[in-house]
Amino acid sequence: MARRSIVFGLLAFVIVAAMAPALPTWLVSLATVALANALVVLGLIILWRAGLVPFGQALFYAIGAYALALITRYTGIRDALILIAAGAVLSCLAAILAGFLLARYREIFFSMLSLAMSMILYGVLVKTETLGSTDGFGVEPPTYFGYAPQGHMRLLALFWLALAFCAASALLISLYFRSVAGSLAVPIRDREIRLEFLGVSVNRLIHLNLVVAGTLAGIGGALAALSIEHVDPNMSYWTTSGGFVFVTILAGAGSVAAAFVGSFAFEFLKSIAYDVLPGTWQIFLGTALLITILFLPEGIGSLYGRLRRRKPQSMGAS
Amino acid sequence: MSAILVVHDLEKTFGSLVAARDINIAVPPLQTVGIIGANGAGKTTFVNMITGHLRPSRGTIVFEDRDITGRPSREITRLGIARSFQLPQIFSSLTVLENMCAATAIAHAAGGLLRQALTPLHSPGTMAESEAALELFRITSYRHARAAALPQGVRKLLDIAMAVAGAPRVLLLDEPTSGISIEEKFGLMEVVMSALKNRRITVLFVEHDMDIVERYADRVLAFYDGAVIADGPPIETLENPRIQELISGPKLKAAAQRHA
Repeated sequence: MARRSIVFGLLAFVIVAAMAPALPTWLVSLATVALANALVVLGLIILWRAGLVPFGQALFYAIGAYALALITRYTGIRDALILIAAGAVLSCLAAILAGFLLARYREIFFSMLSLAMSMILYGVLVKTETLGSTDGFGVEPPTYFGYAPQGHMRLLALFWLALAFCAASALLISLYFRSVAGSLAVPIRDREIRLEFLGVSVNRLIHLNLVVAGTLAGIGGALAALSIEHVDPNMSYWTTSGGFVFVTILAGAGSVAAAFVGSFAFEFLKSIAYDVLPGTWQIFLGTALLITILFLPEGIGSLYGRLRRRKPQSMGAS
Repeated sequence: MSAILVVHDLEKTFGSLVAARDINIAVPPLQTVGIIGANGAGKTTFVNMITGHLRPSRGTIVFEDRDITGRPSREITRLGIARSFQLPQIFSSLTVLENMCAATAIAHAAGGLLRQALTPLHSPGTMAESEAALELFRITSYRHARAAALPQGVRKLLDIAMAVAGAPRVLLLDEPTSGISIEEKFGLMEVVMSALKNRRITVLFVEHDMDIVERYADRVLAFYDGAVIADGPPIETLENPRIQELISGPKLKAAAQRHA
């Protein structure tokens, strides 16, 4: 069962990758942004399962993006893989540091502390004129192992790279969810004291989850920076964090796949909303969220499970 | 053989309140110790200090010749002292089997977070061991029931079964029969005690029901006002007039005479 869903998941990535050249340009760039955001949401799902909702995950998203952008600005390094790896490492380090404080808090205190941290970065970025203050600055297109694609190929190359990062992350995170440490998320939410008396340090476990989630957010931010070819302080603003929480609610924290389904649904909804109600697209999104919470409290990701449960062979691995 | 658990001059104060004082006990391996005392006498404080939930204000706790005073509870658990709770601490959104699997898997993946992140939760070994534990505690029939919906007796048994998953040498049971109807108490204790004998575990249990204490304890510690006022074989201790006056009440006389 576990193996089958992993095989199906990887197959889905391969099919999407094969389809990409046939897709229109707007869809490829929308999908790249959706993939970048899906990584952040995947990190949020890891925390969400343990009952933690970070309102400031954009902190790590922005760190990943700015790390990549600063390297392209001040060095000659243009290789996409190295740039994204740098974004991942920096956001990982930031998450290790922030985790020492964040891992001690729960519930709304955790959420607010996370929000506060992201807003500190926002404040710093806005005040730093060498980084373009509120305007941010541009990011030059990257190369891929020395290859510098042009035109439509530039979009495609980045899309494939994002897809590869997503496939690798999805695989690793689903393995993590099946590990002892990964499956302790629900126990953390249920009864921390029992875990301590089984010999587990809950704070360290949460710290690990924070670092994994922060690193994913950093990779997402780096990919987003390459996709948008620009970074600005809004990437660390609370509305960006709120957007990720929004997508997590929309997606549901039930599975790894939910992050991708939810992120794509969100980007589609958003672009439809822009078209239909250019001035008041938030109403459209708000309504969509309301409908989701009312009728699918466990998110879009739970649809698949619901359909499966209709069938008689419902006993099995969760 | 020397004692497995030695407590020396243990004291716990909360501000001006003395919750435990002058506690000196040596427990030999495989002994079953009943702990009695009125509410607020210091029984749970004592259990909390030994399991690292509370840091003693004074004194030492030595387990298997190793000083464990003031260590965090998760380290003490890893060293081999486990506990169950008066109110069962189980993962209510998981099933009984999932609860047991989590406890077993944690015990198997000892040695840090990284190891736990790399060990799969479901391996044939942990599965078989979890099933065996449920069998030992006679709760196999509930294995797919969600823990939130369990009867109190099953919750208690699951709580104890999870505590035993890490193969402890010493187990502290905090009121294993509280919240259980009188008819079920002996049945529950029978299951628990035979399971723990089977695993060769030294047991300290806090209990208010003197019939249970008399039946299952090899030795009784009576707590009063934070101190141990009696320490000896069950019948002798429970017949002590002072204990009857302060803790067990005159009702026990009849029970004691029955056994005499």
